[in-house]
Amino acid sequence: MSRTLHTFKGGVHPPEHKAESNARPVHAAPLPRKLVIPLRQHIGNPAKPVVSVGERVLKGQLIGAADGYISAAVHASSSGTITAIGPALVPHASGLPDDCITIETDGLDEWITRTPLDYRALDPSELRMRLRDLGLAGLGGAAFPSAVKLDPGARHDCPTLILNGGECEPWITCDDVLMRQHADDILQGVAVMRHLLGSTEVIVGIEDNKPEAIAAMQAAAAKMDFATEVVAVPTIYPAGGAKQMVQTLTGKEVPSGKLSTDIGIQVFNVGTAYALARAVHRGEPLISRLVTVTGHVLRPQNVEALIGTPMQALIDVAGDRDGTTGVLMGGPMMGVPITNTGVPVIKATNCVLVKSRELFPPLPRALPCIRCTRCADACPAELQPQELFRFAKAGDFGRAQEYHLFDCIECGCCSYVCPSHIPLVDFYRYAKSEIWAREKEKRASDLARERHDFRQFRLEREKKEKAEKLAAKAKVKRAELAAAPAAEGAAAPSDADAKKALIAAALARAQAKKAEVAPKNVDHLPPEAQREIEEIEARRAKIREIAHQPLETDDKK
Amino acid sequence: MPSPFILDRTSVTQVMAWVLAALLPGIAVYVWLFGPGILITLTLATATALAAEAAMLKMRGYPAKPFLTDLSAIVTAWLLALSLPALAPWWLIVTGTLFAIVVAKHLYGGLGQNIFNPAMVGYAVLIVSFPVQMTQWPGPLSLTDAPLTLAQSASVIFGGIPQATLDAVTMATPLDALRTGLLQQYTVDEIMTQPIFGYYGGIGFEWLAGAFLLGGLLLWALRIISWQVPLAFLAGIWLAAGFLHFFDAGRFGAPWFHLFSPAVMLGAFFIATDPVSGATTPRGKLVFGFGAGLLTIIIRTWGGYPDGVAFAILLMNLSVPLIDAWTQPRIYGEARRRDKEPPA
Amino acid sequence: MLEAILVMAFGAVVLGAALGYAAVRFRVEGDPLVEKIDAILPQTQCGQCGFPGCKPYAQAIAKGEAEINQCPPGGEEGIHKLADLLGREFKPLSAEHGIEKPKSVAFIDEQTCIGCTLCIQACPVDAISGAAKQMHTIIADECTGCELCLPPCPVDCISMVPIAEDLPHWKWKHPVIMLKEVP
Repeated sequence: MSRTLHTFKGGVHPPEHKAESNARPVHAAPLPRKLVIPLRQHIGNPAKPVVSVGERVLKGQLIGAADGYISAAVHASSSGTITAIGPALVPHASGLPDDCITIETDGLDEWITRTPLDYRALDPSELRMRLRDLGLAGLGGAAFPSAVKLDPGARHDCPTLILNGGECEPWITCDDVLMRQHADDILQGVAVMRHLLGSTEVIVGIEDNKPEAIAAMQAAAAKMDFATEVVAVPTIYPAGGAKQMVQTLTGKEVPSGKLSTDIGIQVFNVGTAYALARAVHRGEPLISRLVTVTGHVLRPQNVEALIGTPMQALIDVAGDRDGTTGVLMGGPMMGVPITNTGVPVIKATNCVLVKSRELFPPLPRALPCIRCTRCADACPAELQPQELFRFAKAGDFGRAQEYHLFDCIECGCCSYVCPSHIPLVDFYRYAKSEIWAREKEKRASDLARERHDFRQFRLEREKKEKAEKLAAKAKVKRAELAAAPAAEGAAAPSDADAKKALIAAALARAQAKKAEVAPKNVDHLPPEAQREIEEIEARRAKIREIAHQPLETDDKK
Repeated sequence: MPSPFILDRTSVTQVMAWVLAALLPGIAVYVWLFGPGILITLTLATATALAAEAAMLKMRGYPAKPFLTDLSAIVTAWLLALSLPALAPWWLIVTGTLFAIVVAKHLYGGLGQNIFNPAMVGYAVLIVSFPVQMTQWPGPLSLTDAPLTLAQSASVIFGGIPQATLDAVTMATPLDALRTGLLQQYTVDEIMTQPIFGYYGGIGFEWLAGAFLLGGLLLWALRIISWQVPLAFLAGIWLAAGFLHFFDAGRFGAPWFHLFSPAVMLGAFFIATDPVSGATTPRGKLVFGFGAGLLTIIIRTWGGYPDGVAFAILLMNLSVPLIDAWTQPRIYGEARRRDKEPPA
Repeated sequence: MLEAILVMAFGAVVLGAALGYAAVRFRVEGDPLVEKIDAILPQTQCGQCGFPGCKPYAQAIAKGEAEINQCPPGGEEGIHKLADLLGREFKPLSAEHGIEKPKSVAFIDEQTCIGCTLCIQACPVDAISGAAKQMHTIIADECTGCELCLPPCPVDCISMVPIAEDLPHWKWKHPVIMLKEVP
């Protein structure tokens, strides 16, 4: 291992708690009776349902199609009948429901026909579309559609491919176990990634607290026909963050506001590589993943869970215990609290962490910031968290952005070290979502302004056009009238005479029209019918009045 | 409550407790060199500070327990007490502490909100208001005939002993002696022959400074304070004093003399490092410390008061927002300055 | 005496030159104030302020003919922003112009709609699609919630539906850290 490693600034060393769950063998979770598959499991547009309620689906069948470029499909994780399409509880920090497809499983677990992809023969963009339709998304936690990340872009290829086996979050061991057991498959997936990205250098970064995984990956790498460097990186949270992994392995920094591909580096989680291998070589869509179930359970372990399995089912596998104080999806540093354990496992679910008072004592009361800058020392993005906190708290979002709020990766190091126990990351999340909401509002109001201006312009134009049309018509009429008497040899009429004649003609026309439209069947009616007609007339008048009201008020103004 | 769900063990209380612990060597040396009177001063200041803190918290509608147990009021009290002359009268101690806690801390919003270091505000108010009492320092025990016992010290502090007796034990501090001597047209070398001066600083005083240095190094080793502020502060003192001394050794004290005065060591490691009122960026801390050191020497040399540490730190407190704004560090992924330059 | 006069005169000349240079160098084209005010206004175009749209209200504010607290959709936050921009004192929203309501969009009950096109004519942002005797529909993304379509409707088939918080619109809340005791 000749690679010189670099260090990133900051970071913390929380207790690792990896040994609890990484020793037990992996089992598949039992097939649940009901699978709830959210349509929005990835970043980008939610999938569009392509099945209907009552339809029977097979395992691996497409049930939600990718909608647009940044999107991914979702599939039935087992065979059964669609029982609902609509809002259901999902694992999300908001606790709000989202659109899901619910499948009542039939226990047959009957597959669709799977066709492996010959990735070398397929056109790269065609291959990427196929992967998108197989539902591939990053399994590291952010669930970014993989097909998008596998596009090196028109301008450049991506010489360096980094496989992220950092897994720096405490408690989680699913990547560790996956690397120990499926190192060969992971590298098969890497071969596809190399092919699509045109990478010449493959580096696997694994924290040095996972010696078995490192050994397994090295053994597998030796068998491959391309060079793969398996590198042990120092264990420090958040060494597994993509930007931090890039810096540790290459010494390069991903420029602020840009992607790692801009400096010729792409980073994938090992789980994504494994899912990619299964997709390409076996034609299996992403319908299951390894999930660490740990914390306050009897048998902490990793389970192979179908997407859509209720989290409670996994907790039951690991052995539910008394004294549970809550459940997290993900690790203790960046995980999402789950209010209802019936929510499904999704593609981003790497861990179900059960809390207890002993393992996760309640956080102490927050005190004011004393500006000690421990947060700044711990921040891997090298920000000034104490200043961001001040701006976010005061609602000074402009200043927060000036101080690079959006470079915050929400790793939680600042909150972890804060001696005043301030939930700093919460403030950054709040500020970020406020800023996004405001930008959305701004766009909406810009659109409204534009449309209003256009309407004004349209009304103006219509008025002008009408006036012009009338003027043109009048001119023609006047010419006609002027021409007629002249032909008769009479004295040339004055302009006023012409106008008078015009008005007289119009009046005559109107009267003729009135006589024409006057109903001819109302003369000899019985009194009831007459009254009815009057009532109708009154209602019509009232409606006309109502209809005129806004115009009148406008006039008043 | 969203993530993270685990916390490091440090707390404000712990940080403050370490600061108090790091002051203990200094206090021990103080007692050894100047008698046990300082213990009374410390106790009185602590009691006043806690009472004032509790009263202010109650008035402002904050819970007393978490804020009283954060120990920040005690740190303020101790820093102020250690800056006052040993055997200062009780009302001086109470007034200074009250001003520090009530005005400088709570009227600005309490813990974390004060823009000035409360102990230094208390000190500055006292020295401006009561210059005579604030310069009556008892001499080191080795120079006085009859060291005061704890009981005698108490009588002095609480006014039981007439001024005349106090005069017998007080003498000019080294800084006073230097200032007075220079005003009387003596050269530094001539002044330094007075008995109050020791190896580097004043006799006894230099040991006190050493003890504060020791405590400060402990805080640095525990990463409770950063290296930037003390180092820059001491560098500011050394460079400014050294520069003046180099050009006219007769009119300006030696840099070592300035460095080894207790106020400088206390200021460098315990007061300028106060996170609330100090700069927060790494470069800002250097600027802050260096500026405070420089201003200390300027005030000591040309100002109206014998010592300038308190005023220097207060002046630098005033410029913290500017320093912080100007010294924002480069963040991860932001172009370095040399990268920004167009290729030649 | 003469010296003092000369010094003052010199100072006046230098400062005058500097001001003159600045006036030329930093000259701003047009009247950006109206634009700035208009940018703060929510563009609901509801006319509750008493002007026929956001721009006319912005012009009136710029001319000093209108108060800054006449815009209910902009709410308190909008008034604060206007007060900051114009250096005026903050005033609570004027009650005669309306009250701040949760953001809503109009919704047409398709069973009742008779296709009279009156609402289409009233909509300030052309956010209603439909034709005579055809059922009308609100384009929800473009509706500003101005409520101007409500009065003309002869059959009262339009209602305002508050925008429900769903997952894509969900926002992180301001964290609650309890420093003070709850009285």
